[in-house]
Amino acid sequence: MMKTLAVQTLRKSYAQTVAVDSISFEVARNEIVGLLGPNGAGKTTTISMLLGVLQPDEGSIFIEGLDLKSKRSQALSLTNFTAVYTPLPGNLTVRENLIIFARLYGTEDITGRVNEVIKEFDLVAFRDQKCGVLSSGEQTRVGLAKAMLNRPHLLLLDEPTASLDPATAREIRAKIKEFAQQTTSGVLWTSHNMYEVEDVCDRVLFLSHGKILLEGDPKALPSAHGKKTLEDLFVKIAREPLTIKEF
Amino acid sequence: MDLSRTFSIVIRQFYLIRGSFSRAFPLFAWAAVDMILWGFLTRYLNSFVSSGFDFVPALLGAILLWHFFIRIMQGITMVFFEDVWSRNFVNIFATPLRISEYVSGLILSSIATSIIGLTVMLCIAVLIFKLSIFVYGLMVIPFILVLFLFGIAIGVFGSALVLRFGPASEWFIWPIPALISPFVGVLYPIATLPKWMQHVSRFLPPSYVFEGLRAVVLQREFSAATLALGAALALVYIILAYRFFVMIYANALRSGLLVRYSAESLS
Repeated sequence: MMKTLAVQTLRKSYAQTVAVDSISFEVARNEIVGLLGPNGAGKTTTISMLLGVLQPDEGSIFIEGLDLKSKRSQALSLTNFTAVYTPLPGNLTVRENLIIFARLYGTEDITGRVNEVIKEFDLVAFRDQKCGVLSSGEQTRVGLAKAMLNRPHLLLLDEPTASLDPATAREIRAKIKEFAQQTTSGVLWTSHNMYEVEDVCDRVLFLSHGKILLEGDPKALPSAHGKKTLEDLFVKIAREPLTIKEF
Repeated sequence: MDLSRTFSIVIRQFYLIRGSFSRAFPLFAWAAVDMILWGFLTRYLNSFVSSGFDFVPALLGAILLWHFFIRIMQGITMVFFEDVWSRNFVNIFATPLRISEYVSGLILSSIATSIIGLTVMLCIAVLIFKLSIFVYGLMVIPFILVLFLFGIAIGVFGSALVLRFGPASEWFIWPIPALISPFVGVLYPIATLPKWMQHVSRFLPPSYVFEGLRAVVLQREFSAATLALGAALALVYIILAYRFFVMIYANALRSGLLVRYSAESLS
């Protein structure tokens, strides 16, 4: 069965620093995969490569079977993302930003789809406000609305609930779970909130120093490594990565 | 080439301009001020000339065309700077947008904004200072075309420089027209320049335009082939500027500069 995302021996280094060290993984349809790891583990570098804004030194990325290197535009039309460090331009309104990105992603019925995501992410009251004046939580919702515009086959979420209050975060998690279940999409999700990861992800990949150290079911992994919770396991990997046998 | 994606860049610029006085005003304001300044100067100069020579088409027409070139160039860089100022590179380049579509979007936006500036300048020149564009005849079309092509080339080249050297390097881009102007003879014949400057001017397409403009006004002979050479040069510069932009972009993808653009360099 074709995977939504297939990453093979992906490597990226900056001068002497290896940020991502020959990692391989897949994301299946209807699957939510958590990409976990301490700061500087290589998560954002990996996501940047998947988004085509950073060229790997080695390795390949296939999105729905399309090679990102040779079929970049087609592959990216099936992808979308949101990340806390890439807010949409603050000098455009929510609606204007969404219209522009809907066009860029080749969305059909732009007006209809923009209105749909505005409603879905509870942005009706802010539709004509400039993104720059919104709170960080509201901006996060705008980013998520943008990420859903093209109903992506591969959705990349870099800490999507970081600025949200617990009630909104729960709502957003439910929406994304529903999205993965009801479509044929796969989701790659980074978060530092281990309770969230346990709740949302079908599978997690633990990244440290650019390598995947562990992979598995977030509910079963902690006990398999002698820890009570996923957070305990995360702390162990962050502090003592060498004690974990590489995946 | 997907036109919808290309037009999204144009629409974005339209949204930004319609909601911002500080973006709309410079589209015509400084060009209009220059037209008024040079308009009165030509009137003053005309009052000294008894032979009936009219400075309006020679000087005011040249200023109008030069500002058109500046509008085209800055039209491109302004649209590019919007992505720089709003730190939008990751958002925009993670979409299916191709570089050719992005650059085409910059050019189309620039055409739209330059037409506004050109219209205002023409209104001032024609209505207040009685400039007759018919003096230039059909030659006005190739004049505008050559400046348009060269404006695109310089705009794309300038954008590539800012992509390479970071947001602070936009300071290098604004004075480019001022650096070029002494060599291209906007207000004086190229023959006035010292030899070394004349050699430089041969490589600058606007030189052919302003030499041609003066020849038409003075009713001297001017070879169309010379102007064609200027157009060919401008086309070559567009190709070189585009290739330069693509090269810088590819390098930014490889080095990681695109995702860490605010750092300005990776050292």
